[in-house]
Amino acid sequence: MKVKKQSPVLIQKHHLEDWVGRIYTTFCVSLLVIIIVSMIYFVASKGLATFFTNGVHVEDFLFGTKWDPNGENPLFGALPFIVGSFATSLLAALIASPLSICASLFMTEIVPSWGKRILQPVIELLAGIPSVVYGFVGLTVIVPLLRDTFPGQGIGVAAGAIVLSVMILPTITSITTDALSSLPKGLKESSYALGATRWQTISSVIIPTVLPSILTGIVLGMARAFGEALAVQMVIGNAPHIPQSLFQSASTLTSIITLNMGNTVMGSVQSNALWSMALALMVMTFIFVIIVRLLERRHRI
Amino acid sequence: MKPKTADKIATGVIVTFSLLIVGLLLGLLGFILFRGLSHISWSFLTSVPQTIRAGGGIGPQLFNSLFLLVLTLIITIPLGLGAGIYMAEYAKPGKITGGIRLVVEVLSSFPSIVVGLFGLLLIVNTFGFGFSLFSGALVLTIFNLPLMVRVTEQAFRGVPKEQKEAGLALGLSKWKIITSVLLPVALPSLVTGTVLAAGRVFGEAAALLFTAGMSTPRLDFTDWNPLSPTSPINPFRPAETLAVHIWKINSEGLAPDAAAIAAGASAVLVILVLVFNLVARWLGRIVYRAFTASKVME
Repeated sequence: MKVKKQSPVLIQKHHLEDWVGRIYTTFCVSLLVIIIVSMIYFVASKGLATFFTNGVHVEDFLFGTKWDPNGENPLFGALPFIVGSFATSLLAALIASPLSICASLFMTEIVPSWGKRILQPVIELLAGIPSVVYGFVGLTVIVPLLRDTFPGQGIGVAAGAIVLSVMILPTITSITTDALSSLPKGLKESSYALGATRWQTISSVIIPTVLPSILTGIVLGMARAFGEALAVQMVIGNAPHIPQSLFQSASTLTSIITLNMGNTVMGSVQSNALWSMALALMVMTFIFVIIVRLLERRHRI
Repeated sequence: MKPKTADKIATGVIVTFSLLIVGLLLGLLGFILFRGLSHISWSFLTSVPQTIRAGGGIGPQLFNSLFLLVLTLIITIPLGLGAGIYMAEYAKPGKITGGIRLVVEVLSSFPSIVVGLFGLLLIVNTFGFGFSLFSGALVLTIFNLPLMVRVTEQAFRGVPKEQKEAGLALGLSKWKIITSVLLPVALPSLVTGTVLAAGRVFGEAAALLFTAGMSTPRLDFTDWNPLSPTSPINPFRPAETLAVHIWKINSEGLAPDAAAIAAGASAVLVILVLVFNLVARWLGRIVYRAFTASKVME
């Protein structure tokens, strides 16, 4: 055995190993913190330059309805894009939520035996399909379909919301399923013992209990929809005005950044205005995270 | 309405919606593969794209995607492992750990386009790496790191406590226990998680528009000098990946057969994602068997 060789050298090696490990892992973790701090700093400094350096008023940016950066009297109203972002992500959540909740109930309450084996891979594959492919399918299937059934060109808020709803379906479903399957068994059993039907149990015992988790899933889904860029950009039409109907061309914050960032000169007002939109996206991310945190706190049964 | 009737209706609705989702996926996959497979041929996979004429391929894009994936994994794995191990083994519950957890959470929910813009500002412009595979890989690292951290932390937490205690009882150093006792046990879930994360890299496009660029220089596949500007393995050249290419031809494609190319490229991308999913499971199972001498996955 090595016990005899317990010399000071061995002890040093032992300590050295521990030091290396600790320093290495601490370095990796600090990197995460450095990344996020520098990200906030850089995006904020660029995004705020619009207001501090270029003298655009914050309220003109947030509530201005006209986006005309190249005009004689350049206007930087981002309201159409903010409205577009909220409209598409809210609608997407509205479409996806009932579907997702039903899918989770199917997997956990109706046929847990084979329901999960069928739906789980389906959900995972839906999550794995790249966003540009969703955009492509939206462009070749959903847009022509909408064009034929509704007035307008097919591109617009509705097309964007439908594409996004499929993309956020996996997010909401997996979070809801996790919550449902971690539910204590006694809850359901006592409800059944009282003579409640399955639907009564689901609607008045199960859903109220996991509601915070379901909402968490919906908020995370909305966050994803809010930040999604390319798929939306492909189907929404990218017109810089507030849409009057669901089937009219519109823009989102992400789509306008995607399209214009490459064509602007770094440091110009126009470029800075786009950075302000990126900052708005970032702030929205923080808000979504805060909402999720608050919901999670409520969930502690 | 009688409770029994309500129950039947509700069950019917739930089953219908669930089947609808299954149908949706089958329809999606069917559509993508049906539309795309007819365009996939060896020459489509290997030839260079055409801007104006018909008949372009996706050769360089396919290579770029794979190469970028390798680069990203080389950077992500050591960093993600380290941070994940810290979270699972070193972090003590408290304010700092809570803060780091929040950082991971926020980082994973940042829109990829914001991460891409940050990359444009810092890596492409300030650090001067330009539009390059390397910039793209760094940005994808930021994008993938939170996922890797979570996968690693879960994998390490999944290791039974007795394993660690046995190591401690033998007088091993903590780092030694981590690397030679816990890591092998955690490896199967690590492999599965990493490959799934890698699959996500494959489809990412928004963050790459501003970092890896939207063009590829004419590549000379006989030139394997990593410093030559036309060499395919030069990490400091601009590179358009498959996902970016799909986006580009859909929004500004000029070739007459742009729709067909988009369909073919989408099919290739989806097939790759499917393959990644299968490989992840398969590799995980193989590694599990190799390290535990057991025949069943837990």
